[in-house]
Amino acid sequence: MALGNIKSTHQLLSKIATNDKHGENSPYFDGWKAYETNPFHPTKNPQGVIQMGLAENQLSFDLIEEWIRNNPKASICTPEGVDNFRHIANFQDYHGLPEFRNAVAKFMSKVRGGRVRFDPDRILMSGGATGANELIMFCLADPGDAFLVPCPYYPAFVRDLCWRTGVQLIPVQCDSSNNFMITREALEAAYNKAKAHNINVKGLLITNPSNPLGTTVDRETLKSIVRFINEKNIHFVCDEIYAATVFNTPTFVSVAEVIQEIEHCKRNLIHIIYSLSKDMGLPGFRVGLVYSYNDEVVNCGRKMSSFGLVSSQTQHFLAAMLADEEFVERFLKESAKRLRLRHEYFTKGLEKVNITCLPSNAGLFCWMNLRGLLKKHTFEGEMVLWRMIVNEVKLNVSPGSAFNCSEPGWFRVCFANMDHETVEVALKRIRAFVGKEIGVERKRWKSNLRLSFSTRRFDETVIMSPHMMSPHSPLVRATT
Amino acid sequence: MKLLSTKATCNSHGQDSSYFLGWEEYEKNPYDEVHNPKGIIQMGLAENQLCFDLLESWLEKNPDAAGFKRDGKSIFRELALFQDYHGMPAFKKAIVDFMAEIRGNKVTFDPNHIVLTAGSTSANETLMFCLAEQGDAFLLPTPYYPGFDRDLKWRTGVEIVPIQCNSSNNFQVTEAALQQAYEEAQKRNLKVKGVLVTNPSNPLGTTMSRGELNLLVDFIKEHGDMHLISDEIYSGTVFSSPGFVSVMEVLKERNELKVSSNEDDNNADRVWDRVHVVYSLSKDLGLPGFRVGAIYSENDDVVSAATKMSSFGLVSSQTQYLLSAMLGDKKFTKLYITENEKRLKRRQRMLVSGLQKAGIGCLESNAGLFCWVDMRHLLSSNTFEAEMDLWKKIVYQVGLNISPGSSCHCTEPGWFRVCFANMSEQTLNLAMKRLTAFVVECTGNGGSAKRNGGLKMKSLTKWVFRLSSRRDGREQEER
Repeated sequence: MALGNIKSTHQLLSKIATNDKHGENSPYFDGWKAYETNPFHPTKNPQGVIQMGLAENQLSFDLIEEWIRNNPKASICTPEGVDNFRHIANFQDYHGLPEFRNAVAKFMSKVRGGRVRFDPDRILMSGGATGANELIMFCLADPGDAFLVPCPYYPAFVRDLCWRTGVQLIPVQCDSSNNFMITREALEAAYNKAKAHNINVKGLLITNPSNPLGTTVDRETLKSIVRFINEKNIHFVCDEIYAATVFNTPTFVSVAEVIQEIEHCKRNLIHIIYSLSKDMGLPGFRVGLVYSYNDEVVNCGRKMSSFGLVSSQTQHFLAAMLADEEFVERFLKESAKRLRLRHEYFTKGLEKVNITCLPSNAGLFCWMNLRGLLKKHTFEGEMVLWRMIVNEVKLNVSPGSAFNCSEPGWFRVCFANMDHETVEVALKRIRAFVGKEIGVERKRWKSNLRLSFSTRRFDETVIMSPHMMSPHSPLVRATT
Repeated sequence: MKLLSTKATCNSHGQDSSYFLGWEEYEKNPYDEVHNPKGIIQMGLAENQLCFDLLESWLEKNPDAAGFKRDGKSIFRELALFQDYHGMPAFKKAIVDFMAEIRGNKVTFDPNHIVLTAGSTSANETLMFCLAEQGDAFLLPTPYYPGFDRDLKWRTGVEIVPIQCNSSNNFQVTEAALQQAYEEAQKRNLKVKGVLVTNPSNPLGTTMSRGELNLLVDFIKEHGDMHLISDEIYSGTVFSSPGFVSVMEVLKERNELKVSSNEDDNNADRVWDRVHVVYSLSKDLGLPGFRVGAIYSENDDVVSAATKMSSFGLVSSQTQYLLSAMLGDKKFTKLYITENEKRLKRRQRMLVSGLQKAGIGCLESNAGLFCWVDMRHLLSSNTFEAEMDLWKKIVYQVGLNISPGSSCHCTEPGWFRVCFANMSEQTLNLAMKRLTAFVVECTGNGGSAKRNGGLKMKSLTKWVFRLSSRRDGREQEER
């Protein structure tokens, strides 16, 4: 009865299921493993590895917790809120709860200083920004089509944009000569190279504010990019997931603002990806959003959102919280302040040992320049340095090559996912390591234009270290 | 240049079908006891609204789960940060225990083999991505849930080839039909990657017999590269005999579960790594809004791949936490399962007798949130056009949104899926009154229907007689 062939499990599954395009087999997860097997704890394991590869925002939970305590109606489980239970538990409409969409639209507008308004009917839900990025690809591109993405970029884009969609990712080269800004020339070069290879470019995707750079795109550059995509008639997807982590000037400029200023802008090419995972520190709640100015995309995307709707319990909770304008204003202000202070403390600490970071005004991380510590100015040299930092200095940081950076020696270091004491320990270790490495050889560092801060205060909020509720995957936490 | 993707501009999402159009009509004119008593009653929505009070009372007694607390301490931060695609261990344990309990603990499930997804919508799509290439096919018995056209085919590029079932044997799957579907796929040059069944069935409301399940397992044994997916989303809605037999139980009986099978088995002989179960809390617990779906598989590669893919649709941590507490309360789950069953049975009886009074029969069912109703005698002709005409009358004139069989890919015109668990008893009674009035009008009026009023009673008696003899036939198939 049985067939003679040996059916390997490989043949039983699809190519997608058995290829590497989920990106989890890269060597960078050694850093994760080092952390997982030996996680730092201030008292129980003070020699352990400190997790600095996780872009989480843990600085402002107390504000949210306070709000929760004061607003029991926001939960469908409390006596005050249980009247809503059956309606919410039953609600699976892919349009989403109207009050949720309205609140999100208002929130997004506030994050942009009220300079733009968002139409709640253009908001689509998805399973986190992970789901949102995949969804927009399914809507805009066919297998084999390509999207341009400026380097360095978030490593998991390979999975989110390409894995199941069959879309190709074409890097747009950026480098430190101009602080990794996106230039028209670089866009043209990438676009033309793709064309020369007969690759159909469907669009450009940028993350603004940038991960891993922590910088925002200035108004003129953004306008230039919009003109570029208009000319080429390709889509422009702006992942603005870090929009409310902007803690310093220049003020954040959203693509939503810029299109108001450009004549004859083809709005049906413009799409925004958003999430509450970074700005509000709620990655567990899986709130991903797609905002499109294109009616067909809204229509189609809404149907696709069935594959990753936001839990109605979560929609209901957030509808209440984000509609509380007074709370939102207070939260955004305080969160930005805490991020600024943490960033300041960390970068100043690095400067003590002449380590500079790319000047940044946003994000949950710094783009640290360790080129001076490379024995060889190659990516192999970068990996050697990285392994030293993970294994000897015991810090899990992310090497630039993981982000497809064109120059070796850059590292992304997260600072918002730990408490103040842990930051101090990390800085001590870095200072010790650098001191050892530099030794007698004094290098003169070109000092980059830096934002100067007049006051310096310690962040006194007590924050928990990442608490592991279960053994967890590297990718989920690492590549954010 | 084409602006959007092919997927965005085709209609493989299947939402132009009548199944969804009926919903749209309902949305425009929804029945409300007070504000819109003449509106359309929604009977096209397979929701379980019968046991919310049990859930609400549990919440009342369990304030910790309600308030992001564990042992009185706030765990908000942990929940806010928890995005591990392996899922919350306590939640996975609670779900597999619940699944086992529903199956009378005849089979158990390993929490490490369950993958959490955003509803079974996502679970089914994910399995397609894991098991099939674009252009491959899965065989599905008809009639089937209209949403499968979207969930299985749309973004995956997978094809569905129907296993034609019909009323001659109460729509059961036969070897002949299975073989015919397979051959049809060959003719169309489609590589068949497996079979997907919904058990208990949507839209039939019946549980699959052991005979059918064994037939399917035999089939995939014969074709060593094929999978069997059993969507058991309605497993907790079984309210009368014959009870629910899960495909996992059948594997156990055949000694073909992973634990019981012979280690030396030739890869091609063994079958446990090609059988996968889909589950969800949307029907049994009536919580579709929470987006809780699951894939269960003993195949490590499938679990591994599906887990990574679940990143695109994880279950909200606050929801995982709430439900891990609720389903972890064994006293509660026992009470819930029993009471849910009781209420569904009562409600189904109400619908069936209401239909009978209107001279309408339905397939005898023991599960689900709906009945598969036989309105063939009300068709002006034995065609799908006539079915559409009848459906439109029922939606617009009678004011009931029910689902026409054609939207479920049924091969025989005249069958309709009618839901009974998503409304109050009063509303159900009203729906039956309206339907009765319509039928009287329809058959009393000599011109439009095939039969006139005089023949009506006789044909009803004949029909009831046929139905009971068929029931015996079904029971004989049980081993």
